[in-house]
Amino acid sequence: MALLAAHGIVSGYGEMEILHGVSITVESGQLVTIIGPNGAGKSTLLKTIFGLLPPKAGRVIFDGTDITGWSPERIVRRGICFVPQTENVFPSLTVEENLEMGAFILTEDLRARKERVYELFPLLRARRAQRVGKMSGGERQMVAIGRALMLDPKVLLLDEPSAGLAPKMVELVFEKIKEINKMGVAVVMVEQNAKEALKFSDHGYVLAAGENRFDDSGPALLQNEEIGRLYLGG
Amino acid sequence: MLELIVYGIIYGSIIALGAIGVTLIYGILRFANFAHGDLMTVGAYLALFFVQVLFPMLGVPQERFGGTSFGWPLILALPLAAGGTALVAIALDQFFYRPLRQRRASPVILAMASLGAAFIVRNLIYIIWGPDKINYFPGLVRPAWQLPFDVRLRPDELIIFVVALVLVVSLYLFLQKTKLGKAMRATADNPDLARITGINTERVRIWTWGIGAGLAAIAGILYGVNALLYPEMGWGFLLPLFAAAILGTVGNPYGALAGGLIIGIVQRISTLWLNPAYQPAVAFLVLIVVLLVRPQGLFGGRS
Amino acid sequence: MELKRMLVLAAMAILGGWLVSFFGRSRRWSVPLFVVGAALFGMGIALAPAAWVDYLVTPAIAAVIYAILSVGLNVQWGMTGLFNIGIAAFFAIGAFTSAMITKEMPTGLAAEYIKQLFGWGLPFPAGIAGAIVVSGVLALLIGLLTLRLREDYLAIATIGIAESLRLVFQNERWLANGPQPLPGIPKPLFCLVEDPPCAWLPGFLKEWLAPLDSRDYDAILLVLLTAALVVIFFLVQRVAHSPWGRVLRAIREDEAAAAMCGKNVFSFKVQAFVLGACVMGVAGALFTASVSTIDFGLFHPMSYTFLVWVMLMAGGSGNHKGAVFGAFAIWTIWMGTTFLSDQLVPFQFKTQVFYVRYMLVGLLLIAILLFRPQGILPEEKGEQSK
Repeated sequence: MALLAAHGIVSGYGEMEILHGVSITVESGQLVTIIGPNGAGKSTLLKTIFGLLPPKAGRVIFDGTDITGWSPERIVRRGICFVPQTENVFPSLTVEENLEMGAFILTEDLRARKERVYELFPLLRARRAQRVGKMSGGERQMVAIGRALMLDPKVLLLDEPSAGLAPKMVELVFEKIKEINKMGVAVVMVEQNAKEALKFSDHGYVLAAGENRFDDSGPALLQNEEIGRLYLGG
Repeated sequence: MLELIVYGIIYGSIIALGAIGVTLIYGILRFANFAHGDLMTVGAYLALFFVQVLFPMLGVPQERFGGTSFGWPLILALPLAAGGTALVAIALDQFFYRPLRQRRASPVILAMASLGAAFIVRNLIYIIWGPDKINYFPGLVRPAWQLPFDVRLRPDELIIFVVALVLVVSLYLFLQKTKLGKAMRATADNPDLARITGINTERVRIWTWGIGAGLAAIAGILYGVNALLYPEMGWGFLLPLFAAAILGTVGNPYGALAGGLIIGIVQRISTLWLNPAYQPAVAFLVLIVVLLVRPQGLFGGRS
Repeated sequence: MELKRMLVLAAMAILGGWLVSFFGRSRRWSVPLFVVGAALFGMGIALAPAAWVDYLVTPAIAAVIYAILSVGLNVQWGMTGLFNIGIAAFFAIGAFTSAMITKEMPTGLAAEYIKQLFGWGLPFPAGIAGAIVVSGVLALLIGLLTLRLREDYLAIATIGIAESLRLVFQNERWLANGPQPLPGIPKPLFCLVEDPPCAWLPGFLKEWLAPLDSRDYDAILLVLLTAALVVIFFLVQRVAHSPWGRVLRAIREDEAAAAMCGKNVFSFKVQAFVLGACVMGVAGALFTASVSTIDFGLFHPMSYTFLVWVMLMAGGSGNHKGAVFGAFAIWTIWMGTTFLSDQLVPFQFKTQVFYVRYMLVGLLLIAILLFRPQGILPEEKGEQSK
C-alpha cells in the first residue's frame, strides 16, 4: 500500500476549478517530482493534500488513514510537513527560533532534533542566532526546509524549492533534498527546474491543465523524447 | 518644563501599556481594536469593585503603604482586574470576532464589531456604576515629594512608572524566551505559515487577547489611581493609544512603549502653549504627522 | 380636518408609502406598494387622536434627519467602502455653520452672554449652502490627508477629527459660544405660521395658512424635511447610477482592478468622501431648523455616529433605500422602546434603562454583522457588480 495517495482530486480557489481529477501515489521513502507548465495546478495539488485547500472531490489517504479535508494542524501531527514556495520562514525570528517553531506541537526537549538539522545544514549552525529576514534566499530556503524536518516527517512536501535561487544554490538545495530522501523521508516536490529534478527522482508526474498527463520513473521520463520536447525545453 | 517631561513620562507609561496591547492585537491578529480604550475602563472599574466592595467584605487589610494609594487592596486588585478584563476580551473574541472572521469578514467589519463591543461594554459600566466620576480612595491625601529642579512627584506616580517598566520587561522576556511568546512573534510575521508549521493559532489568539487586555486593564487602573474614574475615560485614550502604536510601528511592542512615552511627553509639554483640554487633539496631531511623514512608524522598514 | 393634521398626513403618507414601496423588487410592485403604504399611513394620521399626531411630529422630524445622514454615510460606505467614524463632526459643523450664517450677531445685553464668530442673518438657503461648503472643505482636508491610507487608519483619523472639532467648539467661546449653547437660530419659513403669514405669499395662501400658529411650525418643517429628503435621495440615486457612481462601485469591489483600468482611485475616493460629507452637512443645517438652540454636546458620537452606522447596516448597507429604511426602522424601535420604558419602568431605573437601550443597540449591530450583514434591504442585483 502506498504511503501517500491522492485519488481524483478536484480542487481550486473559490469558483475557479484548477484540478479536474488528479491522482498521485507516493511509496515510503520515494522521491517524487511533479512537473508541468505554469498554471497546471501543481502547487494547488500540494496545498490540497496538505489541507490548505478543501477538495471539491477526491480522496487523500496517508498511511492507511483518510485525511481528506483535514486541517494542516492535524496533518502535521500525522507526519506530513510542507514548505511553501514563498514566505516560508519567519523573518523576525532567528534561525534557531524558526526551527523551534517547526516543532511547536512537541513538548520535549528539542536539542537532538536541532542537532540533526544542523548536521544536515552546517551553515545554519553558525548562523543559529541570526535573524532570518537578513539572510539570503538560499540560506532562507535551508531554514525553511530545516524547519519542516524538525518533526521527523514521513513525507516532505516541497513547493518549488529551487525557485529564485542562483544556480550554485539550486545545486546545493537539490543535494540536500537527496540527502534527506536517503534518510528515509519520502519527498513530493513540485519543480519548475524539471530536468534537474527528474535526474534524481524515483518517480515523476506530469500535470497539465489540471490533469494527469504522464507518469513514469524519473530516468524514463527524462529519456522520453515527447516529454523532453513538450515540458523539458527540448 | 522638566516637571512637564516627568509627568509626560508617567502619563506616557500609561499610554504605552495600552498601546502595547493595541499593537500586539493589530500585529498578531490583524485587528484594529477600537474597544481597547474601553478595556482600560473595564479594568479600572473591576479594580474599583475589588477595592471598594469585595476586599472589605473579605477582610483584606486596608492600610496603604507610605504616602501612596497602594496597599494590599490595590496590589491584589491589579492582577485580578487584569485577569477579569482578559476574560472579557477573550469572551468578546470567541463570541463576536472569531465567528465574524470565520465568515470571512473584512477588517473594516471587524473594526465595526469592536466599536459595537466598545459601546456594549461602556454602557454596561454606565448601568452598573453610573456616570459620575469616582475616586478609588475618596478623601485620600497624597503628599508629593519635592525633588530637585523644581519637580514635584507623588510616590504614586513613581510607582506607575515602575509598574509599567516591570511589565514591559516581563513582556520582553515572555516574547523572547518562552515558546508561546515566540509563537506569537511568528504569527505576527506570517499567520499562514504559523498554521502550516503547526503552531496552535487558537492558543496564540487567546494569549494575545489576554495579554493585550491585561495590560490595558492595568493601564486603566494606574490612570485611575492618579486621576478619577468615569465611564468615558477609556474612549478618550483611544486616540493616544493608536497614535502611539502607529508611531512606534504597528506590531512592535517596544515601539509602542517608545511611542507612548513620546506622546505622553508631547501632550504634557503642549500645555505650555495650549489649553490642557486639547491634549487628545495633540495626540491626533502627532498621528497625522506620522501618517504624512513616516506612515510605517519609527521602527518600520519593510511593508 | 385641521390644517396641521393635513400637513402631517401629507408628509407621513409620502414617507410611509415610500418606505413600503422599498420592498417592491420591481417597478411593477413598487407603485402599488407605494399607494397601499400611503393609504395606510394617511388613514392612520386622519383617524388618530390629535394628541398622538402632535406627539408623532417630533420623532418623525428626527427620523427624516437621520435618514439624510444615513444616505450621506452610504455615499461614503455603501458606494465607496470608506469607514467614517466621524459622522457627528460633519453633522455638527453643518449645523453650526448654518446656524451662524442665518442668525444675527447678538447685540446689547445678549452680546455679553452669547459669543459667536460671525452672524450674517441670511436666509436659510444660504445656511444650507454654507453648511455644504464647510462640511465639504473639512472632508476634503481629511480626505487628502488620509484616504491614501488603509481603511482602519481612515477610521482613526475620522475619530480624531471628530474629537478635535468637539474640543475646539467646546473650548473656544469666541467661535460659537461653546461650551454654552448657541440660542436664537431662526427657523426657515417660520413666517408661514406667523400672524399674518409671510408678506410675499399670494392672498389665498395667506388665508389658507391663517389658522396655523407657532406651535404648528413643526408640521410645516416635517413637510419641508420630507421634501428635502426626497430631493437628496433622488439626486444621490442619479449620481449612483451615473458613470461616476459605477467607478465608485468598481473601486469598492476591487480596488486593484479599478486602478489597473487607469482610474485615479484616490481622487474618486476623495470626491465620494466629500459628497457624503456635504449631505451630512445639509442634515446638520436642517437639524438646526428643528431646534432653535444648539450646543456641541448635542452631537454626541453615541447618538449620531454610532446610531447612524447601525441604521445603515440594519437597513441595508450599500443601498440608499436601505439607508432610508434603516433610519426609520431603527429610530422607530428607539422611540418605541423609549415610550415603553417611560410607561413601564419605575422612576429610579430611568437612567439605567437609557444605557440599557444603548447597550442593546450595540448588541444589535453585532448581531446584524454576524447574522445579516447585508441588512434588511440587500442591494439589488442591478446595483451589484459581478
